[in-house]
Amino acid sequence: MAGTETPIEVRDLTMAYGTFVIQRDLNFTVRRGDIFIVMGGSGCGKTTLLRHLIGLKAPARGQVFYDGVSFWEAQPDEQDRIMRRFGISYQSGALWSSMTLAENVALPLETYTDLRPGEIREIVTLKLSLVGLAGFEDFYPAEISGGMCKRAGLARAMALDPDILFFDEPSAGLDPISSRRLDDLILELRDSLGATVVVVTHELPSIFAIGNNSIFLDADAKTILAGGDPHVLLAECENPKVREFLTRGEAGAPAKSSGAALQSAAQCLAGQGA
Amino acid sequence: MGVVAAPREIGFSRPEPDMLLIRLAGNWIIADGLPSAADIINEIRSTPGMKRVAFDTRDLTEWDSSLVTFLIKVGEDCSRNIIEMVQEGLPQGVTRLLVLATAVPEQKDARKEVTRPPFLARIGTGAIRFGASAAEMLSFIGEACTACLQLLRGRARFRRVDLTLLIQQCGAEALPIVSLISALVGLILAFVGAVQLRMFGAQIYVANLVAIGMAREMGAMMTAVIMAGRTGAAFAAQLGTMQVNEEIDALKTMGISPMEFLVLPRMLALIFMLPLLCLYAVVMGILGGALVGVTMLDIAPLEYFYQTRDAIQMMDFVVGLIKSAIFGVLVALSGCLRGMQCGRSASAVGDAATSAVVTGIVAIVVSDGLLTVIYDLLGI
Repeated sequence: MAGTETPIEVRDLTMAYGTFVIQRDLNFTVRRGDIFIVMGGSGCGKTTLLRHLIGLKAPARGQVFYDGVSFWEAQPDEQDRIMRRFGISYQSGALWSSMTLAENVALPLETYTDLRPGEIREIVTLKLSLVGLAGFEDFYPAEISGGMCKRAGLARAMALDPDILFFDEPSAGLDPISSRRLDDLILELRDSLGATVVVVTHELPSIFAIGNNSIFLDADAKTILAGGDPHVLLAECENPKVREFLTRGEAGAPAKSSGAALQSAAQCLAGQGA
Repeated sequence: MGVVAAPREIGFSRPEPDMLLIRLAGNWIIADGLPSAADIINEIRSTPGMKRVAFDTRDLTEWDSSLVTFLIKVGEDCSRNIIEMVQEGLPQGVTRLLVLATAVPEQKDARKEVTRPPFLARIGTGAIRFGASAAEMLSFIGEACTACLQLLRGRARFRRVDLTLLIQQCGAEALPIVSLISALVGLILAFVGAVQLRMFGAQIYVANLVAIGMAREMGAMMTAVIMAGRTGAAFAAQLGTMQVNEEIDALKTMGISPMEFLVLPRMLALIFMLPLLCLYAVVMGILGGALVGVTMLDIAPLEYFYQTRDAIQMMDFVVGLIKSAIFGVLVALSGCLRGMQCGRSASAVGDAATSAVVTGIVAIVVSDGLLTVIYDLLGI
């Protein structure tokens, strides 16, 4: 698990679909062992940012560094090597529907290791039992519930013991207890595997339960309004939009002019000491 | 309520010269349709010096959204003409709904503008789109070729069990529909030929017509069209749904090429199975033709068999089989291409399936034309 203390660094990233800019000039660093939250209202480009981070969409401008290597300027095999260190849990699980859970988890192992089928089977059982799905090896994704699909997706993401785990809306569509369990699982995995975790979410309980670093994206300003530990943001950030979001609208100061909002965003960022 | 549905009533009076009192009575329910506010609005506009509009709802028995939409229309007209709308006479629920409906003003720039671009601009966008889709198609074909090369080098990654399953799906499971269609096509060929050939007393040549027609052309063509509708559409829908569910993203981020993992086995399955199906279709077609020959034209079965055997040569089968293998590639490619291009919604999956069939059939017919010309030049 070699690497620097900043496994992910994003510099001047601008994301756009054609000429339509989603977010511009994003700058942030994820430290090793962080649970890094990407938050913001619906439609602000959180999932798009994730797609840039996991190598699915090339940025319109700017760079993403993994341990100092610029991903989008690297050669394809270098990119491939970087992506091998990722584990990604998708919003809806994204399990391959024509395969059983065991086959889903086994595919990355079959592809990238020389293990024998029996050994792979053992690892698969271990990974599924880590997410509480022991015994469901031979079920197809369509035969289990949405929450179970998500957990199975997580088991697949963990198959190759990744350095960096990405989660897209882990608790969306889950009941409060399941989503709490998933949060605990994420914390547990970070601590036991020593992985770095990036979570895209707008669920406040999760943000405060697991996050120790974050950025707040805004759809109107089209950039980062604030960043840092969510608890510190809640206590100290002056930006009305961030406060309104983190307090579920209760501390919603009447909307200031956008100039004032940007100014307080700058204060927030300065306060973070980035 | 106990009140039997009283019809909706609107009336107005003028208790003061600058005030219009609107009387709303009866049942205002949406089942009776939306009331028109035109009368009231005319009344408001035609009276100069009007300052206030008030409501009398003492005889109003029941109301729902129909009353609220009516009042919003009246309210909009009032504010346009700077007339105060006094809401005190309205039921409390209505007042609250009106406040709620007007709390957030309409976002003017949120409405989608439906503008029709000028003629030349439309031609231009059409041309650019065509160019882009042609480039996309070429790069897809290129990627498919690279995947085939990987296969030849023994490094393509896909699951053998997927391939066998696909072979079963587009081979054995297609037999019933292929039997039916190709037997009927043979039958039709025989019918059409019989009508003409009987005029010369040459009805025995129906056997030649059917045999050569099926082996060189119709066998390959009909199976390909059937498979485009049956399997090409299924491929597009499968891959499209995988796109919607992020399953293809999951493959890509895992470093597994969807081209090798999904497209290659589908292409292989069709390349293997379409020639076999074609061969089977030729036999079924000849049997269909024989049915007409024996029952209608009084040709003895054995005579028909010998005539057929003499009519076709090995080359006719080879010609048909080469065609069908090429059609197999085309059907698989167009199905997979449209599936991989699929957008991220349910209707996009439907569009992908439709366009897979259209692309497939167009590709089959065009390539059939080309192949016929090439065969002719080669003299086979």
